[in-house]
Amino acid sequence: MHKTKVVDHLILLFGVFIMMAPVVVAFMTSTHDALDVHLHGLQVTWGGHFTDTYHEMLTKKGGFTGEVTGARMVMNSFILGVGFAVGKIVLSMLAAYAIVYFRFRMGVIFFWMIFTTLLLPLEVRILPSYDVMTKLGLVNTYTGLIVPLLASATGTFFFRQFFKSVPDELLEAARIDGAGPFKFFIDILVPLSKTMIAAIFIIMFVYGWNQYLWPMLMTNEESFYTLVRGIKQILLVWVGSQIPEYNQAFALAILAMLPPVLIVVIFQSWFIKGLTESDK
Amino acid sequence: MKRVQFSSPYLPYLFLLPQMTVVFIFFYWPSVQAIQSSFYLEDPFGFGATFVGFDNYLEAFKSSHYQQIARFTVVFTILVTVFSLSIGLLLATTADTVIRGSGPYKTLLICVYAIAPPVAGLIGMMFFDQHIGPFVTMAAWFGWDMKVGIDYVDTAFAMIVVAVWKQIPYNFIFFLSGLQGIPVSVREAAAIDNRSRLGRFRTVTLPLLAPTAFFLLIINMTYSLFDTFGIIDVIVKDKAANNPITLVYKVYMDGFRGNDIGGSAAQSVILMLIVLLLTVFQFRFIERRVHYN
Amino acid sequence: MAQVTIENVSKSYAGDVRAVNSVSIAIEDGEFIVLVGPSGCGKSTLLRMVAGLESVTEGTIRIGERTVNEVEPAERDIAMVFQNYALYPHMTVRQNLAYGLKNRGTPKAEIDKRVAEASRILELDQYLDRKPRQLSGGQRQRVAMGRAIVREPAAFLFDEPLSNLDAKLRVQMRGEIKQLQRRLATTSIYVTHDQLEAMTMADRIVVLNGGHVEQIGTPLEVYRAPQSAFVASFIGSPAMNLIAARGEGGRLVIGDQTVTMNGAEVPNGPLTLGVRAEDMALASGNGDGHVEMAIDYVEELGASRLVHGRLTDERLALSLPSGAPLSDRLSITLDPHRLHLFDPDSGRRI
Repeated sequence: MHKTKVVDHLILLFGVFIMMAPVVVAFMTSTHDALDVHLHGLQVTWGGHFTDTYHEMLTKKGGFTGEVTGARMVMNSFILGVGFAVGKIVLSMLAAYAIVYFRFRMGVIFFWMIFTTLLLPLEVRILPSYDVMTKLGLVNTYTGLIVPLLASATGTFFFRQFFKSVPDELLEAARIDGAGPFKFFIDILVPLSKTMIAAIFIIMFVYGWNQYLWPMLMTNEESFYTLVRGIKQILLVWVGSQIPEYNQAFALAILAMLPPVLIVVIFQSWFIKGLTESDK
Repeated sequence: MKRVQFSSPYLPYLFLLPQMTVVFIFFYWPSVQAIQSSFYLEDPFGFGATFVGFDNYLEAFKSSHYQQIARFTVVFTILVTVFSLSIGLLLATTADTVIRGSGPYKTLLICVYAIAPPVAGLIGMMFFDQHIGPFVTMAAWFGWDMKVGIDYVDTAFAMIVVAVWKQIPYNFIFFLSGLQGIPVSVREAAAIDNRSRLGRFRTVTLPLLAPTAFFLLIINMTYSLFDTFGIIDVIVKDKAANNPITLVYKVYMDGFRGNDIGGSAAQSVILMLIVLLLTVFQFRFIERRVHYN
Repeated sequence: MAQVTIENVSKSYAGDVRAVNSVSIAIEDGEFIVLVGPSGCGKSTLLRMVAGLESVTEGTIRIGERTVNEVEPAERDIAMVFQNYALYPHMTVRQNLAYGLKNRGTPKAEIDKRVAEASRILELDQYLDRKPRQLSGGQRQRVAMGRAIVREPAAFLFDEPLSNLDAKLRVQMRGEIKQLQRRLATTSIYVTHDQLEAMTMADRIVVLNGGHVEQIGTPLEVYRAPQSAFVASFIGSPAMNLIAARGEGGRLVIGDQTVTMNGAEVPNGPLTLGVRAEDMALASGNGDGHVEMAIDYVEELGASRLVHGRLTDERLALSLPSGAPLSDRLSITLDPHRLHLFDPDSGRRI
């Protein structure tokens, strides 16, 4: 009995090691200066240049055109993450409300039309999507960055599932209490969905923040770059220089992963609940 | 559906309007366009297009380059799926039996889920870097002259390692929640009926986990096919020439770098069909599962 | 305060399922009516039609003088207490009570007054600022009641309000609801599947079966003179014994035994005999008209004992004082004036 326990812990420790070591090394290396890393490789100890590296990475004009700073990319990432999450919640709550709480003839058709979007990921229709965006003049805009990503049914499905689990009697009691469709939604359903909204927000924020392909297509002006979008270009410029600035590349990576990782860690239980219940 | 519903001649449409607008403009329109342009040969300079029937498809299927990429995609998908699923399952079953410290283990094991694929790719690139990468040094101990980004097999190896690393937490989360969904009474009954821990796992736990595993199998396949785009892009850095790439990456390269719009569209449609097949398969299975319960 | 009139009301669903079939009930002002029946008998559907939560397929429902068939639930001047209480989980008790009034535009001072009044009656004063999840089952039940009271409606509608409570609390709340209804004298319609609840609470009971009314009457009428074999078996505990018998020349014959009827009329032909466990007694001495019963097992209830056995081939339960002597076979007499005869085909009382 005792022996298996030890083995279990060893397996888990090894798992933690393979998952976390690269992240730790990336962080430690980012606290060293560029020359140090160039001469001695990746670092596992604190280098003392934390402030320098991160300050430079946030404020130095990088990229090919020298127009974008780390701070600007952080801001863009937040705009994308928050904009996407909020948009998703508003759109999908309204749609799910219509589908679950209203009797109307087109209901089933709309349901299937939204449902179909689950079948085809963005990756298989990138070129025509880009064409559409060009026609609409949305390339290099925040609208173009955020809104097209909302065209999938995940959120609608999640809220539909949740609304269906709300006891029928609540609507009946509310109707006897004189609440119409708007009142019921605002007074009862939205407050009831608070936890669900939070869970969806977290998942969608992480999803939006981590978008890569779509921002890559939609934004070629560097002032619209998000952290994740900018990473390759920045990498090419920084690492391609005389003394490759690996430390700054890692600092950028750390910055790009920090908000989503923190959110997942802090709101772990909501996150897991939202994830496992919405995907199934 | 609800026993009692509102009825209103316009409200449901009003509530659906934002979602439907977005879905139509950014999903249906481009999807239809992809199918349409897959049958046309478009002039790279934008002077009209000629209808060519299935030529774009035939060209793709006949091209040895496309075949090679398709083969790599299959191998890549299988390896990533198998490794990330089995490591995720191993960690989840272990974490499920450990009581003390399970919280911190769990947190540390799922962190990486939140890292974007290209960021994972960047970290991976540093570890496989010619100058500073520890993996290159380690490979050298065994006489393996690893040249990621230059050598085909070495690059493929790095891609798979990074893709698996990134996907383990997802599988871990789902397996663990699947395991914790098994009622305590069932576990206790199994503990009374079967002395061997491995035997219990094989005869009781694994069958009960089968729905989760099947769901994850499909998800991991779609992950390997599509979500790994960021990893691949960062690792090959636009220099696809001698490097392994997947079918999605080829769609992107042909469409945006090669300006072969018809060809890229035809490849898109092929991918659509693959996804459709996977999804239909998944729903068929889930439906059956629901009937069992 | 108002009468509630249900006239030839029917409810059909798609696929021609008839859940309620031409039901008529005239409910007096201030009356406590209990709709009782097995699950699927249409009692909840009927109540929900009165509430306006289900549409009426045929017939008329009037509250007071007003026909309400097409009136919104909120406009019907009714209040409803649900089985799972349907309290708004994110609102405090006070907000739960006030919500309906607020929606009707009742002035703030009036709302406060009514909430204070209701919480005083229901002894909820100290819980007004709690959320429903911080309350016990009984307290939640009271809040649900309070939400109905504050509206001062023409009628209370109860949909199995006690079935989520444990047995002890159910008995207590039964009394409280009854008392409260007496005090407020508000017309009430109460749905339950529990015949004991119906017996103890109702002014009049409506027994429903398969979507139609079997009988309407006071608890004692329904108990003493069930109009059908269904009512006989549904009301009362233990359930009335129903035995296959036949009438032969004015006598009642069960298998090879004969029951003396002391002048009560018995039609010829096959019959269903209904007799309650307490309407039989041990026979004193040997004589005519006694029937023989074989005993299978005995349930001790403390004050009495319930003897289960067979009369010829028919199962029978008999209630005896706890001290009564027992043997494998008992000779018993049936009180001819407490016997119920039913037509075996239609189930109606003869």
